[in-house]
Amino acid sequence: MQLDADLSHPQAEPTDEAIIHVSDLVVAFGDRKILKGLSLDVRRGEILGFVGASGGGKSVLTRTILGLVPKVSGTVEVFGQDLDALDFEGRRKLEQRWGVLFQQGALFSSLTVKQNIQFPMREFLTMSQRLMDEVALAKVEMVGLPPDVLEKMPSELSGGMIKRVALARALALDPEILFLDEPTSGLDPIGAGEFDDLIATLQQTLGLTVFMVTHDLDSLHSVCDRIAALADGKVIAVGPIEAMLKSDHPWVHAYFHGKRARAAGIGPQDGRGAGHDEGR
Amino acid sequence: MGAAEAPLLATARNGRELVVVGNGRWVATQSAALEGAVDAALAEAGTGATETARLDLSGVRRVDTVGAVMVDRLVRRFGEAGAKVSVVGLERRFQPLLNEITQGCHEVPPPRHHLNAIAGGLDVIGRTVVETGKDAMLFLSFIGAVTAAFLRVLLRPQTFRWTSMVFHLERTGLRAVPIVALMTFLIGCIIAQQGIFHFRRFGATTYVVDMVGILTLRELGVLIVSIMVAGRSGSAFTAELGAMRMREEVDALRVMGFDPNEVLVLPRLVALVIAVPLLTFIGSMCALFGGGLVTWLYGGISPEIFINRLREAISLNTFEVGMIKAPFMAAIIGLIACMEGMRVGGSSESLGTHTTASVVKAIFLVIVVDGLFAMFFAAIDM
Repeated sequence: MQLDADLSHPQAEPTDEAIIHVSDLVVAFGDRKILKGLSLDVRRGEILGFVGASGGGKSVLTRTILGLVPKVSGTVEVFGQDLDALDFEGRRKLEQRWGVLFQQGALFSSLTVKQNIQFPMREFLTMSQRLMDEVALAKVEMVGLPPDVLEKMPSELSGGMIKRVALARALALDPEILFLDEPTSGLDPIGAGEFDDLIATLQQTLGLTVFMVTHDLDSLHSVCDRIAALADGKVIAVGPIEAMLKSDHPWVHAYFHGKRARAAGIGPQDGRGAGHDEGR
Repeated sequence: MGAAEAPLLATARNGRELVVVGNGRWVATQSAALEGAVDAALAEAGTGATETARLDLSGVRRVDTVGAVMVDRLVRRFGEAGAKVSVVGLERRFQPLLNEITQGCHEVPPPRHHLNAIAGGLDVIGRTVVETGKDAMLFLSFIGAVTAAFLRVLLRPQTFRWTSMVFHLERTGLRAVPIVALMTFLIGCIIAQQGIFHFRRFGATTYVVDMVGILTLRELGVLIVSIMVAGRSGSAFTAELGAMRMREEVDALRVMGFDPNEVLVLPRLVALVIAVPLLTFIGSMCALFGGGLVTWLYGGISPEIFINRLREAISLNTFEVGMIKAPFMAAIIGLIACMEGMRVGGSSESLGTHTTASVVKAIFLVIVVDGLFAMFFAAIDM
C-alpha cells in the first residue's frame, strides 16, 4: 500500500533532537529552593520516565515547564522556543502542541465526556459538530473505552476510566508532547499494566514524545526509553534502565535495587523477562 | 510550501474508476477546508456509477486524527456506495493511526434521551415532589439521630465536647456581634425613618415609636439575626462538615467508634442555640437604638419621650415573643446546616449544591416557622 519511501524517519523513532530543553532551572517557594539548577533534555519521540522522592520536586518541574509555577532563574525551551520570549499568541499556539494528563484527571465536572474531549477542539479549531463527534469517538476508542462512555458525566466514571478520558482529552488536538503526572497511580496492577501498554501504543501511533512522572517501577521498566532521576533539586542520572541499575548514586541505587524493584523484576538478580511477566 | 498550494483533495473520473488525490497537510487546523473537500468528493462520487475508487495520498505530508477520520469517512462512504476502494501512497508512519481509526466503531452514540417540554416539566415536578418527600423524611430521621445523641450526652455529660462547643460559640456568636449589631441598627433606622415620613401626614408621628418597638422586638430582631446566622454560620457548618465528608474524616470517626452526630453536630447545634438568642437580644436593642436615634434626629421626638412612649407601647410579652422564637430558629438553622453537610457526596459540586441548599432551606424554614409562631401567639393572646 505504501508508495512513499520515507521510511528512514518513522514517526515514533527517538531522535537526538531535544524537544524540551531545560537548563539551570531554579524554582523556590519562599526561601525553600526546590529545584537547584536543574538541567534536562527530552528527545523527540522518546518516552522519558521521571523519578524522584515524594515532595522532591517532580511535579514542580512538570508544572514549571507547563508554566504553572514561576521560576527564579534558568530557561525552558520547548520546540526550540524559549518560553519566556513568547508573547501571548505564541504561547497559545505552543500550548496547543502539548497535552497534559493531570494526576486526578482534572476533567471538567460539569461537562460530559464528549464535551470534555471536544472542549479544546471547539475553542481552538473550526470544526463541524459531526466531525468533532467522529474525532471524539476515535479518541475514546484509542484510549480503549467503549463508545457509550461519551455521553456520561465524569462523576459516573471509575478512576481508571477517568484517567483514560483525561488522556483522550489531552490527545484532543493531536499534541506532539504528552505530559503524564503519575498516570498509573491509583490503578490496580492490571489496569496500570494496560495503561502502560496504551501509552506505548499511542506513542507509536501518534508519534508522541512522552514526559512521564511516575513511581511505578513496572512502567519505568516496560515503557520508558530513558529515565531521569531527581534528587537534591537536580537530575542526578539520565539514561536507560540499564544505566540506572549501574549508577552508584546512593539514592538511585536504593530506588532501583530496593525490595520493590526486585519484586518488579528490575533488580539484577532476576531476568528482565520474568519481571515483565510478573508486572502484567 | 509549493505542495501545500495544491488542493487538499482533487477528484478525477477515469471511466468507471474515480481517482481521488490528496495533498498537503490533513490536520485538525485544516479541518473546515478538509471536511468541505471530502464532502465535495463524496458528492462527486455519487454523480456517476463508480466501480472502483482509488485514493492516492502520496501528496499528503502530515496526517493527524482528524485527517485519519476524514480518510476513513472517504473509504467508508465509497464502500457504502458499492465501490471497491484502495488507498495508496500513504506514508508508512501514518499507517498505524489510520488502522486504529478504521478498526474502530463508527456509530457516534446519540445524546441522552431528552423529554419534550411538557413531559420534561412533569418529570421535573414529579422528581421534585419525591425529592422533597425524601428530604422531609431525612430531616426527621436526622432530628431523631441528633436527639438520641443529645440524650446519650445528657446521661453522661462528661462526654460532651465543651471545647468544641465554646469554639463554635465564639465563631457563631461573638464574632457575629459587629455585623449583627450594624445590620439591626440600620434596619431600626430605616423603619423609623419610613414610619415618620408616612405617619407625619396623619400627624401620628409618635406612633412610630410603637411601630419600631413592636416590629423589632417581636419580629425583625429575630428574623434578621436568623437570616444572618443562616448565611454566615449555617453555610460554614455545611461546608466544614461537607469537606470532612469528602476527605472521609466522618467515616474515620465512625470506624473509631464515635458517633459523628455527637462529636460534630451536637457542639455546633448547642453553640447555635446559645448564640442566636444572645444575638437576637443584641440585635433588638441595636434596632431600638437606631429607631430612637432617627426619631430624635429626623422626627424631633426627644429620647425621654421615646422611652416613655415605648413603655406604654410594649410589654414584656412583646420582648418575650421575640426571644422565645430565637432558640427554635437556631435549632432549625443548625439542623439543616449539619444535615446538608452530612449529605455531601464525593465531589466538590455536591459541596456547593448542599451549601446553597442549606442556606436556602434554613431561611425558608425560619420564615415559615415565624409565621406558625405568629399564629400560635395570636391564639394564646400574647
